[in-house]
Amino acid sequence: MNKLTNTTESNNTKELIIDGASCASCVGKIEKALRSISGVVNAEMNFALRTVTVTGEVDTEILIDIVKSIGYSAKNADEKSDDELLDEKDIADEKYYKSLMKQMWIALGLGIPLMVYSLAGGPMTVETSLERGIWLFIGILCAAIMFFSGKHFYIGAWKSFTNHTANMDTLIALGTGTAWIYSMVVVFFPMALPEMARHVYFEATAMIIGLIDLGLALEVKARGRTSEAIKRLIGLQAKTARVVRDVNGKKQEIDIAIEQVLLNDIVRVRPGEKISVDGIVIQGHTSIDESMLTGEPMPVEKVEEDEVVAGTLNKTGSILFKATRVGKDTALAQIINMVKRAQNSKPPIGRLADVISAYFVPVVMIIAIVSALVWLNFGPDPALAFAVVSATTVLIIACPCALGLATPMSVMVGVGKAAEAGVLIRNGEALQTASKITAMILDKTGTITEGAPKVTDVLIADQSYSKKYILSAASSIESGSEHPLAQAIVDSTIEQGIDPETVTDFHAIAGHGVQATFKGQQLLFGNQKLMLKNGVVLMDFVEKAQHLADEAKTPMYLAIDKKLAAIIAVSDPIKKDSIAAIKRLQANGIRVVMLTGDNRATANAVAKKVGITEVFAEVLPEDKSNKVAELQAQGEIVGMTGDGINDAPALALANVGFAIGTGTDVAIESADITLMRGSLHGLADAIAVSKATLRNIKQNLFGAFIYNVAGVPFAAGLLYPFFGLLLNPVIAGAAMAFSSLTVVSNANRLRFFKPQDH
Amino acid sequence: MMIINLIGLVLIGLVVWWFWLYKPPKAVDASAENITVVVNDGVYQPSRIKIIAGKKTTLQFFRKDFSPCAETVLFPAFEISEALPLEVNKLIELPPMSAGEYQFHCPMKMYTGSLIVEKE
Repeated sequence: MNKLTNTTESNNTKELIIDGASCASCVGKIEKALRSISGVVNAEMNFALRTVTVTGEVDTEILIDIVKSIGYSAKNADEKSDDELLDEKDIADEKYYKSLMKQMWIALGLGIPLMVYSLAGGPMTVETSLERGIWLFIGILCAAIMFFSGKHFYIGAWKSFTNHTANMDTLIALGTGTAWIYSMVVVFFPMALPEMARHVYFEATAMIIGLIDLGLALEVKARGRTSEAIKRLIGLQAKTARVVRDVNGKKQEIDIAIEQVLLNDIVRVRPGEKISVDGIVIQGHTSIDESMLTGEPMPVEKVEEDEVVAGTLNKTGSILFKATRVGKDTALAQIINMVKRAQNSKPPIGRLADVISAYFVPVVMIIAIVSALVWLNFGPDPALAFAVVSATTVLIIACPCALGLATPMSVMVGVGKAAEAGVLIRNGEALQTASKITAMILDKTGTITEGAPKVTDVLIADQSYSKKYILSAASSIESGSEHPLAQAIVDSTIEQGIDPETVTDFHAIAGHGVQATFKGQQLLFGNQKLMLKNGVVLMDFVEKAQHLADEAKTPMYLAIDKKLAAIIAVSDPIKKDSIAAIKRLQANGIRVVMLTGDNRATANAVAKKVGITEVFAEVLPEDKSNKVAELQAQGEIVGMTGDGINDAPALALANVGFAIGTGTDVAIESADITLMRGSLHGLADAIAVSKATLRNIKQNLFGAFIYNVAGVPFAAGLLYPFFGLLLNPVIAGAAMAFSSLTVVSNANRLRFFKPQDH
Repeated sequence: MMIINLIGLVLIGLVVWWFWLYKPPKAVDASAENITVVVNDGVYQPSRIKIIAGKKTTLQFFRKDFSPCAETVLFPAFEISEALPLEVNKLIELPPMSAGEYQFHCPMKMYTGSLIVEKE
């Protein structure tokens, strides 16, 4: 492993968090191991907190290694949390803002009076020796301002120059530097210049620096607002947790910092408190508000064995839960990570701007030189002054930042906005493609429907079996199956007091059903295809099954020893807001198609209820991706929505794969876009927010392109021959300063985006 | 006037050469010495880093610059984006890379650097 580290630890007290120390005797062992390192003066462990404080001049890495070598794991307790880093960033931003504002006032303190003097008709020329003296004094003052208020531009420009790169600093430094140097030449050697060209531009230098500092300061403020969504997510993390630990041999509840919570710790949460880490409830029951993560407004009831998720809010009861994921492994930490990563990724639409900005600054420098040459060769008197003004103005007005900011700022706000609505967008590409979706395939079970089916009808075909026996047989054979409907049957029978029994010779036949031996009888349980394949006579039960299917129920045939015994119908209720959400998608011109492994009649019945006209029914799991390909071949940009587990190949093949979660139990890594709640409104929200973001990016890019394309030629003096118009460098400075601010502000407008009410 | 025009053309030539045609200096060999990439005054220092192909690499960044662009570094080829807290050593783990040149930069590309990945 290449390691480019240069660790310098100046403080001589370090704190480590120890994991795996389960008994008080571990304390001595850990302390002894740490004290044996040369350089360690003392090591003391607090067993209740599982922390050890080490005094001495040793690298933290070495301390962690030695703890690991004796069988425990350790991490640095001084590592800053997201929350602390965010606070530090806010403080740093505020400091930067204040320093820019101070620099701005000082620059404008000289620039504004000079500007007013010039606008009032005061001569800005050097004729007499008194004027020379005064302007020399102002020139030196201006240099001091350039140093104090614009030092960062000049240092940045020089450093990039020596690195063979150029950026906004280069343009500002060159522009203001040209104006100042020319003015100083006028002051020192007026006679070397034609009389009309003896004009000084100190006011332009000071004003430009002041205005650009102001622009930067306002941009810092505006940029802070673009990361509000991530701040809100980070703010969800609890700071402390109440855990049950051994203190002096007795179990006690103690409050510790969130970083100190270890895996398998027992955590107490009281009403009104935040859940600190992910875990499983082991005692008590409560209702938990998960809206901050899922967007789902209704609190969720939690009893023993249910999962609780860090960042959510405990409402009513007091519970004890066992920590199953801590630190960076919690769902919330992963969500924060994913949102951060996505916020900094770029959709393809931004690539052109990237290519342009790579060449932008040198091209502007060349344009400035060409424009100066044209003025010198063909311009009216004073040609030299015109040349200097036009070159300076070209350098100042050109704004690579607006181009560079156009895409990232909108993505930042858009992805954050989506996260607030419980929609996690993997990257910029997914964001862009989602805005262009023309067809959406919805998996039926668990996507349109609740995914929690229930037994609704039992039609006995062979009267020699009782209903109880039929349900017992069905439940026993299905207890080994992973099919979603199987669980429904097992649950329903358990509710009726019938426990599943053991079956032998169990086989699942994909797309057909299951077979097994139960109490010496051969059972077949599945669809019509399975029965026909095995020569089971169905008689008029085909019609009965059809009738059930027409009611959006799924009929399943049970044959005992190849003779039809019963039909068991299971129905999966449609989610209450599926109909409205599908309408929203269709209203956006999206072709909505339903996909299911269920029989055609059931599928059609569900589709009819939710207003879908196109249905792919009886699709085997492995064929789901073929259906995606089929629509793609028709020229559609296809979105596929499924649970992210059974549909992985189809999700991967689709232009955008949407994994629909129930609660926060989501496979975050499995799809382009993850919907944290079960409602299909999340899907419509995801598309709406993508469209809004793309529209915003386009506005920004268009604005930035037009600004530069129109501004640079105007600054070069292209309009002068026709209208006698030449841009003042100070106005160019103001335009430049506010062009990037405009981009950031436009991106900020997205913060007010609200998906349609539902 | 002739001389001025000539100077202008030479300046244009210099811009083209300095920013586009100039062959960058040798990269700093990351495996030979411990280095920290300092983020300050508009540049990454060093900005060209040589890395051995096929090995995991941990890069250490240290940001001194307040500029908002500097606060995030992106490695687009590996979908990595990391915040660089001010004046804190930040370790960034990079996956094993195949030979080639990979860019890293801030979101607006005001700061740019390259990883030169070579076979051992």
